[in-house]
Amino acid sequence: MPALGAEMEAGTLVEWLKRPGDTVTRGDIIAVVDTEKGAIEIEVFEDGVVDRVLVARGEKVPVGTVLAHIRGVGEGVAAPAAPGPIVTAAAPGPAAPAAPPERAGRARVSPLARKLAEERHVDLAAVRGSGPQGAITREDVERAAAPVTPAPAAVSAPPARDRQSAMRAAIAAAMARSKREIPHYYLSTDIDLTAALAWLRAENEKRDMTDRLLPVALLIKAVARALGEVPDLNGFWIDGAFHPGAAVHAGFAIALRGGGLVAPALHDAATKDVGTLMRELKDLTARARSGSLRSSELSDPTITITNLGERGVDAAFGIIYPPQVALVAFGRIADRPRAVSGRVEARAVVTATLSADHRASDGHRGGLLLAAVDRLLQTPEAL
Amino acid sequence: MNREEIRSEVLRALHRVAPEAEPATIRADLAFRDQLDLDSMDFLNFVTALHERLGVSIPEADYPRLATLDTAVAYLLAKGAAAGG
Repeated sequence: MPALGAEMEAGTLVEWLKRPGDTVTRGDIIAVVDTEKGAIEIEVFEDGVVDRVLVARGEKVPVGTVLAHIRGVGEGVAAPAAPGPIVTAAAPGPAAPAAPPERAGRARVSPLARKLAEERHVDLAAVRGSGPQGAITREDVERAAAPVTPAPAAVSAPPARDRQSAMRAAIAAAMARSKREIPHYYLSTDIDLTAALAWLRAENEKRDMTDRLLPVALLIKAVARALGEVPDLNGFWIDGAFHPGAAVHAGFAIALRGGGLVAPALHDAATKDVGTLMRELKDLTARARSGSLRSSELSDPTITITNLGERGVDAAFGIIYPPQVALVAFGRIADRPRAVSGRVEARAVVTATLSADHRASDGHRGGLLLAAVDRLLQTPEAL
Repeated sequence: MNREEIRSEVLRALHRVAPEAEPATIRADLAFRDQLDLDSMDFLNFVTALHERLGVSIPEADYPRLATLDTAVAYLLAKGAAAGG
């Protein structure tokens, strides 16, 4: 069970999309897990063949639990002592024991199924398991309890209100940890976007309606490129040391309708053109709001970018999402008086604010990042 | 398409970006962005939905004319919005 956020403790397995024997390649969706951030699609990290599935549908397991064994390409059938690559993210804490407690002679029963069987007085010995290795799942028990087959019960997602309070609690835990542990410093600068917006207007006139760009795509690209120049702000602070990100995976803060917030990754933001970033941002926003993000999108961000100008704030001072070491916040893009070649002109200006972890970097480096963002936004065609 | 048909298409496009909004409670003379807390991504998706359903091409410079239900219907009527998608 991968950690899909700084404070996630457990997740419920909703669905397996691959079965033992199926070939998988890196990036394939193998399962769906329910968390406070919605139903998250779990991706495979390695190529191979699904050997064994260890967690049944409906089971809620702690972060770090092994969900399945995947036999690597060229490996034989995995011996229990030498399991193949494991389907979890770098899991904090010890992995859960692979062997289920019940074996020999007894059918495997998920805890949820056992509880349900007790409630509904179902004799488990008479139930045929449809889960992995014949395990009896909650669905099997329900089927046995209700001979008049109703629609197959999906593993129930918690009602919206529960999800919202769970998300609130997760945000509270992550933000409290951030303020407790991270010595933040804040820097801000006003950036003239007149050139960038003129370029955007001309570019959008040429583009198909469905392909138009928003200013935020330029802002994200500029931050991602600037991080290439100041890599000490892109990565994680773990166990007293800075670990640079291998690429810039820009976590973009998306407000959910009805409350809550999620900041999934736009992968490799520095190397994608703005058109691609815009398309991916649209897709990411839609999926964040419908609650169908992917595991890598939640576990990969190396920095967070937030665009709080929509509702009119001039500037925002963000709280870093641990274990990241920086957050860049943009306020509203507005016409403001600005001195240009000795005269005051109305120019389109945005305030960019950097919140950074003083353990990982100093203000001088942070200043270089904002200066690079400013410089890159002056030549939008080169972004 | 007549005024009434265009109006219901606009409301349908809005529903796509703000599913929780009750059409009956939408004030025709107030900006959608303020009433429904739409951000620029929502608004872009709203305009794109209108384009896809009504087959009209809407230049970016005209986006402000889609700000309220009243002005959007008037604009799309003048644009000669055709059959729905």
